[in-house]
Amino acid sequence: MATLADPIKESFRPSMLLNDTRYRSLTFQFIALVAIIATMAFIGGNLVRNLAEAGLNISYDFLGAQAGYDINQRPIPYESTDTHGRAAIVGLLNTLIVAILGCITATVIGVVAGVLRLSPNWLVRKIMAIYVEMFRNVPVLIWILIIFSIMISATPAPRDFRGEDPTASMMLFDSVAVTNRGVFMPKPLLGDGSMLVIGIFIASIIGIFFFRRYARKQLFDHGRLIPTLWPSVGLFFIPAILAQIVLGGPITLEYPELKGFNFQGGTTIRGSLIALWFALAIYTGAFIAENVRAGILAISKGQTEAAAALGLRPGRIMNLVVLPQALRVIIPPLISQYLNITKNSSLAIAVGYMDLTGTLGGITLLQTGRAIEAVLLLMLFYLTISLLISFFMNIYNNAMKLKER
Amino acid sequence: MNKSVFFGALTVAGLMAGAAAATTLEDVKARGKLNCGVTTGVPGFAEPDANGVWQGFDVAVCRAVAAAVLSDSTAVEFVPTTGKTRFTALASGEIDMLARNTTWTFSRDVDLKFEFTGVNYYDGQGFMVPKALGVTSAKDLDGATVCIQTGTTTELNLADFFRANGISYEPVPIETGAEAVQQYIAGACDVYTTDASALAAQRANFEVPGDHALLPEIISKEPLGPLVRHGDNEWGDIVRWTLNALITAEELGVTSVNIEELSAGTNNPEINRLLGAEGELGSMLGLEPEWAKRAVAAGGNYGEVFERNIGEATPIGLARGLNAQWTDGGLIYSPPFR
Repeated sequence: MATLADPIKESFRPSMLLNDTRYRSLTFQFIALVAIIATMAFIGGNLVRNLAEAGLNISYDFLGAQAGYDINQRPIPYESTDTHGRAAIVGLLNTLIVAILGCITATVIGVVAGVLRLSPNWLVRKIMAIYVEMFRNVPVLIWILIIFSIMISATPAPRDFRGEDPTASMMLFDSVAVTNRGVFMPKPLLGDGSMLVIGIFIASIIGIFFFRRYARKQLFDHGRLIPTLWPSVGLFFIPAILAQIVLGGPITLEYPELKGFNFQGGTTIRGSLIALWFALAIYTGAFIAENVRAGILAISKGQTEAAAALGLRPGRIMNLVVLPQALRVIIPPLISQYLNITKNSSLAIAVGYMDLTGTLGGITLLQTGRAIEAVLLLMLFYLTISLLISFFMNIYNNAMKLKER
Repeated sequence: MNKSVFFGALTVAGLMAGAAAATTLEDVKARGKLNCGVTTGVPGFAEPDANGVWQGFDVAVCRAVAAAVLSDSTAVEFVPTTGKTRFTALASGEIDMLARNTTWTFSRDVDLKFEFTGVNYYDGQGFMVPKALGVTSAKDLDGATVCIQTGTTTELNLADFFRANGISYEPVPIETGAEAVQQYIAGACDVYTTDASALAAQRANFEVPGDHALLPEIISKEPLGPLVRHGDNEWGDIVRWTLNALITAEELGVTSVNIEELSAGTNNPEINRLLGAEGELGSMLGLEPEWAKRAVAAGGNYGEVFERNIGEATPIGLARGLNAQWTDGGLIYSPPFR
């Protein structure tokens, strides 16, 4: 006689797929999966077939063909005789330049504005509230256009610098020219021995790093507070400048000069880059300010009070107690804002900045007529950049988040 | 789940609809409307007027085709296309023909698989500079900042021109003509380059048009014309010969004023063949005998269309120049109707 404690091992019957709750959900998930795959395959197949019928065969051969157009901002050498593929890379680099500059600036603006929005000072608090509400609630394209229009109409044209009695003049000892085409600045030229100066400069930065670590160790181990700000500033400038003087000035500056239609020589930051960078930074900065405010408010008031009871001054409470904890709340939405900056940078063409959308998704697409291919590639590029940003920010987030031991 | 299946089915249906097998002519007749791709708005060439009715030089070609095929010049659905969307719209069948300042080039004809049905405007790329710069030739433009409309053949011509002459320039790509003008006026660029016809049209709207000069160099050939998809030659023939009918009508002196009188029959056999009083030209195209008469009656002959939309009496103020009839020393020339 079989005991009840030893249940009969039920054999699997197909009907259990529907009747047994253990298997039913799996069954339906499987059916749904098959249906989705079949639908996708059908749609994809249809797309390819109809494209072929319409004479639009998917082909990426155009990337190897000569581009034939010029790009004004070239992080890598590029001529109109280079390929569409290289033009796309130039555009990609331009996108990355404005995205990185935008992320850094937006973070600085956002943190400052977010902290000041909680300031006890009524005026400061209200000004920051106005900033946040104004910039957050107007589309970024409008900001880009406003800033660009103001820039080209408020700053002088290069021809205003010309003549006996010019209406505009250069700034900072005739070294910087602000025009409606961009800012022209001196460019360092590296002569003999300049590597030594650069080496000393890098060494002094490493020195600053070690000095600060030493200062911190002194503070933690012996309770001695060593001032770090001025020694750091001194270390940053003095050795490199001394080396420059001692070696007889190997690094010289090339000043921009008005020649022909334009300033020549030196480096240029084009107006389109400035407008786009600035607009993205202050627009996204407003969102980051709100994230920072939320992060700070998420920290219990008891923390601030406890720190104050220990005798910390308000600035130190913010830097040493509140912000490090608030970062855990701030970082995840900050990642989204960085992704937004990167994606919003595709509005660049509004001001003629040749980013990825302007080269690959603009001129290349139009000249070759390969719209579907170019847009797919564009999606791939943006997806890759965004996933990379997420990846690195998640590493940072994991480093910062509360470690439960 | 139900929803996603439903949307999936919708998408599939949408994709399949593009692959209908009927000829373009049958499609247009069944629809009762011609879908014609035009610009999003270029004064004189294609722009809706105050009443929202599309007017212009390119629009007139669409209307003539609609009149020839559907005997109603207003049976046109104008589809505004940008430089980016125009070719996809035509290739996908969203529009039946494209009449949009499109330059006839080898790669567009061959690689993109379109058929240009003729040239309705011979243009060329020119430069506009403020007179104050004192520039008299495009070869003096070394180092200049140049505003260009991005995505057009002008961008490539510009690169070629400066490379061929060994001079440098700084391109400022801009999306629309209106923005380019704004930047040019503000002095953000020294030079503005685009098709000479467009330069003239836009200069007409400046506060002081006399302060700006067009440089003598025309650096490219820009034959602009209507185009259709590869693969439906009968439809291509209809569009081609409608344009030719407008041109021939001008050559033979057939205007919207005297067309009724002339269509009763004349001593000139070519006019009779054109207007359907003699011969079987209409039925060869699969249209009624008076197709060309309707096309010309819709907006007048080529010369009338030109003068009304972009001629010297209009604010655009373009001279006929290359676009005069071949009998007047121009390039406008239609093969014979016989």
